[in-house]
Amino acid sequence: MSSIRSNPERLSVLDHPNSYIGRTVPRPNLDRLLQGRGSYVSDLELPRMAHVVFLRSPHAHAKIVSIDVGAAKQIPGVIAVVTGKELAAVITPWVGVLSHLKGLKSAPQSAIAVDRVCWQGEAVAAIVATSRAAAEDTAEHVVVQYEELEAVTDMRTALDPATPIIHASLGDNLAFERIHEAGAVDQAFAESDAVVEADFVFGRHTGVTLEPRSVVADWNAAEARLTIYQGTQAPHMVQNIAALHLGLRDSQVRVVCKDVGGSFGIKVHVYADEMATYALAKLLRRPIKFVADRVESFNTDIHARDHRCKGKIGVKRDGTITAFEIDDLTGIGPYSMYPRTSAIEANQVVNLVGGPYTNKNYRARARVVFQNKNVMCQYRAVGHPIACSVTEGLIDLAALKIGMDPVEIRRRNLIADDAYPCASSSGLRFEQLSHHASLTKIVEMMDYQALRAEQARLRKDGIFRGIGIASFIEVTNPSAAFYGVGGARISSQDGVAVRLDAQGSVICQTSITEQGQGSESLTAQIVGSVLGVSMDRVRVMLGDTDMTPYGGGTWASRGAGIGGEAALQATKILRQNILEVAAAILQASPAELDIVNNGVVDASDGTPRIDLSELARIVYFRPDTLPPGIRPELMATRHFVPREYPFAFTNGVQAAWVEVDTDTGFVKLLRHWVVEDCGTIINPQLVDEQIRGGVVQGLGAALFEKCIYDDRGQLTNANMADYLVPMSGEMPDIDVGHVVSPTRESELGAKGAGEAGTAGAAAAVTNAVNDALTPFDTIITEIPLTPQVILTALGKI
Amino acid sequence: MTAPVAISLSVNGERVEAHVLPRLNLADFLREHLELTGTHLGCEHGVCGACTVRVGGEIVRSCLMLAVQANDTAVETIEGLSDSGEIADLQAAFRDRNALQCGFCTPGMLMAAQDLLREKRMPARDEIREHLSGNYCRCTGYQAIIDAVEATARMRMELKV
Repeated sequence: MSSIRSNPERLSVLDHPNSYIGRTVPRPNLDRLLQGRGSYVSDLELPRMAHVVFLRSPHAHAKIVSIDVGAAKQIPGVIAVVTGKELAAVITPWVGVLSHLKGLKSAPQSAIAVDRVCWQGEAVAAIVATSRAAAEDTAEHVVVQYEELEAVTDMRTALDPATPIIHASLGDNLAFERIHEAGAVDQAFAESDAVVEADFVFGRHTGVTLEPRSVVADWNAAEARLTIYQGTQAPHMVQNIAALHLGLRDSQVRVVCKDVGGSFGIKVHVYADEMATYALAKLLRRPIKFVADRVESFNTDIHARDHRCKGKIGVKRDGTITAFEIDDLTGIGPYSMYPRTSAIEANQVVNLVGGPYTNKNYRARARVVFQNKNVMCQYRAVGHPIACSVTEGLIDLAALKIGMDPVEIRRRNLIADDAYPCASSSGLRFEQLSHHASLTKIVEMMDYQALRAEQARLRKDGIFRGIGIASFIEVTNPSAAFYGVGGARISSQDGVAVRLDAQGSVICQTSITEQGQGSESLTAQIVGSVLGVSMDRVRVMLGDTDMTPYGGGTWASRGAGIGGEAALQATKILRQNILEVAAAILQASPAELDIVNNGVVDASDGTPRIDLSELARIVYFRPDTLPPGIRPELMATRHFVPREYPFAFTNGVQAAWVEVDTDTGFVKLLRHWVVEDCGTIINPQLVDEQIRGGVVQGLGAALFEKCIYDDRGQLTNANMADYLVPMSGEMPDIDVGHVVSPTRESELGAKGAGEAGTAGAAAAVTNAVNDALTPFDTIITEIPLTPQVILTALGKI
Repeated sequence: MTAPVAISLSVNGERVEAHVLPRLNLADFLREHLELTGTHLGCEHGVCGACTVRVGGEIVRSCLMLAVQANDTAVETIEGLSDSGEIADLQAAFRDRNALQCGFCTPGMLMAAQDLLREKRMPARDEIREHLSGNYCRCTGYQAIIDAVEATARMRMELKV
């Protein structure tokens, strides 16, 4: 690890003896998961609980002519069969738009379709029964008569006059368009020595969380309260949305989120079937459980990344990039997803293209169109892999054209490490990035020159290996600029309450959530370090809107940077409060005291003065012995949100070393390297594993994953046997290195690390495959890089 | 075919008698009838490996086996292997190496890893990757899991030498 900027003034609070900051320590409470004793929503059983199964449309676009539930209602075990019209009496429809995305439009969406279905998989009826099996059996006896309508499936023709308009009231199939222009683009291209263009194609793919989406909704009519058990990344957002559409106050809804079996952005949204489950609980006055099966997951979990992007780059002979231009088209399904909207990804593509480079001339257009396919929305590293693949693909093409090494062209154009703060051509503000330090480090880690030599040697034997490099920027620590300014009630701040209990241990309640990335651990590490107590004395509680401060949760890589800083600030106050009480007890001044190893000590020489357990005993049980005027507060709460920058950008670079079998079209991943700068690292192991996991999700997109629809809007590979994801046998070892530039927005200095791996992996692999295929004079700009794509490019099929 | 069938088996060493529908799969039997929820269901069609349990000493996908087929067998789940201490070292290695994030695949992954380590004392990394290729993990990228299994094999070798 190397540090690009030192912050000596920061070290005071984090530099305690035995600080956990920067140390690899095991995550607390892992034994629960290791022994199969976790508590996932799919494990939950409640008294009188019923199960719901949704009958889903087999058509991509159809009118619902009639629904006959008569026979179904007679089946033993059936509690209710509910249609969209009936459910609409309990829950109001919604429209997924945000006011700051100008022109974004969508149509009202219902929890269950009322008179028309707009994608294959949209629910048309809910069957509630005493068991899931009984409900599934019954679904076959619900008779729905459809009148099939023409499906809009190809985003390239979605805006043609001949194409039917999915929602007549909207006037056309254009959901959102953004045009951006900076600098003098035409002039820059005219003055270039070379201009290269390419069409990039990205497969539509999805998150495949191992635990499918699951909800248990429990309406207690006596309390007039709804408890929602759900594996979500944003419990307070779910609370607000459920309350809003069921006509309740927020305080009437409690969201409980225990263990979550994978999320990756899939579980940051509120889905129509989940809304229907909340409503059914209220309607039927009993707990209702919904667990998606895998086919439902493929058909209804949000998809992402279905983009076609024309890209263009101008370059001088000396490698200077003169301009970027992109025209991005993406299809989002029939509705903009609620409440985060489906325009964010295309918006991010426009924001991020060219982001690591000094170029000032940039023209972009993004169009987002409706289709009769499953909805698309935010998935891990929203827009990043598209922007990175287009940018880095164009850079490699430019380098090839002018005969320059891919590393060298990046060196000549990446923003200098001492140029910050500065802004990108799309208007992003960068506080401090470290592209050059990162590139230098990765070149060393991979021994770039040795790989080039090996590549040349093996090529003579007919073995085609390639090196791919991809620099990237990553959006983390989002402020209200993401959603709040657009009117969405999605909190950008997080809060932490921390208190000393009567035995001198620490209870910490945080609004960030845990899906396995280590929120609990990083919170305990920060609290323990700042307070001076050991981690095993810190208990972290999260994922319950009744018990935690209000906050955004965990998405867009905000847990450590925002929730971690709130934990730090709250703990500083608690620490001060404890020292004031201790000073009163010990007849000293707070400045003379410190807390180390669970006890108050003399700051000067570390002499133990009073253990925290003894201090707590006095405060809670013998406050009468305290001097008059002392009002001990052994609890403190702080909230935090970044204010100066709308996002904390991080950066990094990835490199891939691959071998392409030109006879079979198979790509073998040999090695993968990442250097990343996420600011202050709280737990190195957790950061590295976040990055590795992210890389593998990016590699899935690069090589395997694609939701394949036919012309009628039928998803043809909605099962795990046909939709391929990376398995252990195909994945390489991944080396991770770090450069550290802490953000000055917070005392902690942490930025996010969750998207970095996914952001650049596909670009690195695609560039590596093209590098391997240089002797064949072919360029591939389509992912996933299936054998079919590669053999087609090679002219073999 | 719709009448319950009597079955008798041992689950984690305890005798279990039950009447089950013939179509009930072993995973649902363990989770819903016995409330052993450590066996997870990721795909319900035999691909993801989260529901891996041991039947008669061999690992199987409990979503692809019917409960009635488990009649007269000995079934072992993650709860049983945890309580017996059989995989305590493997679990510790997973914890130390952060070889799990969301933890949903972990019971099946541990079952498959232990199966390999019983078959082969010191498998190579490629062999570990191969053996675990029937178990999806969407969080870790697998490397930490491979490391943890490798470390456990090495520790067991050292203990036996």
